[in-house]
Amino acid sequence: MIELKEQTPCAGLVPLVIGSVTLDEVAAGRMTAIAPHAGRRKALATAFRAAHGIAWPGPGRATGRAGCRALWFDHAHVMLMGPAPDPGLAEVAALVDQSDAWAVVRLDGDDAADVLARLTPLDLRKEHFKRGHSARSELAHMPASITRIGARAYQVMVFRAMAGTMMHEMRVAMQGVAARAAG
Amino acid sequence: MRITCPICGARDRREFYYQGAAVALDRPLPEAGAQAWDDYLHNRDNPAGPTRELWQHEAGCGAWLVVARDTATHEMLGAELAMTAREGA
Repeated sequence: MIELKEQTPCAGLVPLVIGSVTLDEVAAGRMTAIAPHAGRRKALATAFRAAHGIAWPGPGRATGRAGCRALWFDHAHVMLMGPAPDPGLAEVAALVDQSDAWAVVRLDGDDAADVLARLTPLDLRKEHFKRGHSARSELAHMPASITRIGARAYQVMVFRAMAGTMMHEMRVAMQGVAARAAG
Repeated sequence: MRITCPICGARDRREFYYQGAAVALDRPLPEAGAQAWDDYLHNRDNPAGPTRELWQHEAGCGAWLVVARDTATHEMLGAELAMTAREGA
């Protein structure tokens, strides 16, 4: 039988260092979309906190940290990144494994917000998009999830099939911001 | 142009998908008759002024919205979630 080697979505494309900004891949671990059954959102939030030790994120928010993070993902979903979901959650929610379905990167540096501002219509000013804020939006016309995970750091996710396109768009934006900074 | 999503806040128009007049919230009963179904499926007003439309926050939270908009001034008058909107309001 052929031995297949596991390959991450951005293998061979990262890291990318241009100007003050670094782009690198995040090993996201297990990724599970969690959708509460009708009328069970509160029960799920309680069970989720008990099982994983982090709060169920409200709209536009993320909780946890690298290795165990929960992102608000749309009006009906939360994405758990890192651990396998507690099987007990299946009593009050639908759990869908999306591991390997997303290209997950971390954009880090003084000009990271300026790079993203070239690609997404989100208002990224720090008084509007703070650490722990998370949004679904577009990144160069690709459906994306953008989360501020540090003072100068963002986690960006697009569908795995769009990893190469994201890298191209990020590279062009990073080059543009670096060129502008160089005067 | 920005639309204020009840869930996400003010967002750029390009995140939204436009469906059309908000008639889907007033679906006739099956026995309502040919005229009611003709109006529901095909006949639309073309108002110069305030109008109610269905939009989806496609690239954001995914929710369907009833957006009130003035076609004469392009003013956005408000948006509410379609899942809780009052029919024909």
